[in-house]
Amino acid sequence: MDRPALPPPAALRSSPLHWVRRNLFSTWYNSLLTLLILAAAWTLVPGLAAWLVGHAVWSGDAAACRAEGAGACWAFVAEKWRFSLFGTYPVEQHWRPTLAMLLVVGLLLGSADRRLWGRPLLLLWPVVLLLAGLLMQGGVLGLETVPTYLWGGLPLTLGLSVVGLGLAFPLGVLLALGRTSAMPVFRALCTVYIELVRGVPLISILFMASVMIPLFLPQDVTVDKLLRAQIGLVLFAAAYLAEVVRGGLQAIPKGQVEAASALGLSYWQRTRMIVLPQALALVIPPLVNTFIGFFKDTSLVVIIGLLDLLGAAKSALTDPAWRGFYREAYLFVAVIYFIFCYALSRYSRHLEAQLSKGRRR
Amino acid sequence: MPAREAHPGEPIIELDGVNKWYGAFHVLRDVSLSVAKGEKIVICGPSGSGKSTLIRCINRLEEHQAGSIRVHGVPLDNDIKHIDAIRRDVGMVFQSFNLFPHLTVLENCTLAPVWVKKMPKSEAEALARRFLERVRIPEQADKYPGQLSGGQQQRVAIARALCMNPSIMLFDEPTSALDPEMVKEVLDVMVDLAEGGMTMLCVTHEMGFARRVADRIVFMDRGEIVEVAPPEQLFADPRNERTRLFLSQVLSH
Ligand SMILES: Nc1ncnc2c1ncn2[C@@H]1O[C@H](COP(=O)(O)OP(=O)(O)OP(=O)(O)O)[C@@H](O)[C@H]1O
Ligand SMILES: [Mg+2]
Repeated sequence: MDRPALPPPAALRSSPLHWVRRNLFSTWYNSLLTLLILAAAWTLVPGLAAWLVGHAVWSGDAAACRAEGAGACWAFVAEKWRFSLFGTYPVEQHWRPTLAMLLVVGLLLGSADRRLWGRPLLLLWPVVLLLAGLLMQGGVLGLETVPTYLWGGLPLTLGLSVVGLGLAFPLGVLLALGRTSAMPVFRALCTVYIELVRGVPLISILFMASVMIPLFLPQDVTVDKLLRAQIGLVLFAAAYLAEVVRGGLQAIPKGQVEAASALGLSYWQRTRMIVLPQALALVIPPLVNTFIGFFKDTSLVVIIGLLDLLGAAKSALTDPAWRGFYREAYLFVAVIYFIFCYALSRYSRHLEAQLSKGRRR
Repeated sequence: MPAREAHPGEPIIELDGVNKWYGAFHVLRDVSLSVAKGEKIVICGPSGSGKSTLIRCINRLEEHQAGSIRVHGVPLDNDIKHIDAIRRDVGMVFQSFNLFPHLTVLENCTLAPVWVKKMPKSEAEALARRFLERVRIPEQADKYPGQLSGGQQQRVAIARALCMNPSIMLFDEPTSALDPEMVKEVLDVMVDLAEGGMTMLCVTHEMGFARRVADRIVFMDRGEIVEVAPPEQLFADPRNERTRLFLSQVLSH
């Protein structure tokens, strides 16, 4: 006999009151925590809001900001945002880095769509990046040349990160494959590389890239400082990414490779179509973690004299007229970093959900 | 001594004095066996006797260290071309299915024809659908392996191997990971395949299946072939004491 379908018990039906009861006051310690947090918010939020908005100075000069009782000095950001964003890039040419960044962001957004993944997109990457670089550099199509030592701010951070990860990722995958390969020489080489690079701080790698790369080259060849930093960053990130990818490779059951071999697929076919798609999907969270870390680590290039986003903002603070507004400067930079990192994080969650659809084991 | 019998029909697989070691462990000892085209061989023996290792040597999932293996006259040596040629012609079905979980059933089946045989995609799909029909699951083509039952997955694995149009099929305990009610659906497909004239080497303890389709049963113990005989003879009158003991255990339940 069929049993009649019953309505769900009252607890499952949700009303706002129910929600509050269940989530905020379900037990005595939960209630206590809720009250403590409310109390903390009660004391902190008004002051913060007053500083951020209420008493904030939106325009005018530094004197207005230094007035008694003034809040955040957004006038500083209004005055210095261009310098923070673009560094020492010539002001009348700012449209060029802007366009270059739009190109790169467009490329990233396009790459985010899984339906577009494929060879054309892969070929588009170097094209767009070269185009963006050319736009920044100039010297063609009547564009005035802007040497790389004038580049700075967000375009520099974005460029170092995107080009860096774009090169470090494939290199990292190759290193991971090498480290797990059956060929002892390969395995040893990759292992030594990874361990060496991981055992050294990024700062020293940047210094070494900056100082040592010229030693390997003929006297009359000079490598641009930016390029040297970029090479150092790529070599560094590749080692970390390799270890993340290796974690994924090791999680793939041996039977997968055996089945693919038995079907006659070659090593590269197996790797590309069976092993890597599964391995990479498994390591999306740590992979994105590494990406985000790397994006922020690029700010270390400041120690070899490059003015990235953070460096440019700091340097804006050295203007004698505007000395002392670090909170505003750092907040401004933090918000920009956060936007990029949070977008990446959200995207990775979305990608994970998509890739796991219908693929329970 | 390894048993060896002369057989009518051209030999398609020839194993001659095959030896293999895992480190110091001698896992295959002087194994010689000749399989004729269209012949069905069932391999049985106690756990750890080297059955899996033996059939995995035939498509080079394992490497043997002494003796020779020839498939269609092509020697299995370190020449990649030989290995590739043999793998194209030898299909394999595993105990644990080993379907590719990130690909749909249809993609599992078309992968090798498209990439190894360079077959146009539409042609490969038509082929795959034909074989999925043959293993009686045409309606599952667009699902992922994780959404199928064990018996269905194993039938997909068989279809996937058949899509390469092999002339030899290797089965390594294809039904021993399955729930009892699914064993029959897979065995039915295998009987079907046997009746179609496929050359088959099958490691299994399904003695009903062996009795029904096997031309010869190979009994292995401790890395060597102890006895080779047609099922009627082996079941009725095993010559070797070890075979007798093993059969009494397998047939008693
Ligand atoms: N990669 C390996 N390294 C070392 N020893 C191995 C390896 N693979 C198998 N062996 C050993 O070789 C022997 C034969 O293994 P094999 O898998 O061929 O046995 P089998 O007859 O298929 O057994 P089963 O019925 O349990 O599947 C076993 O003793 C096993 O422990
Ligand atoms: Mg086995």
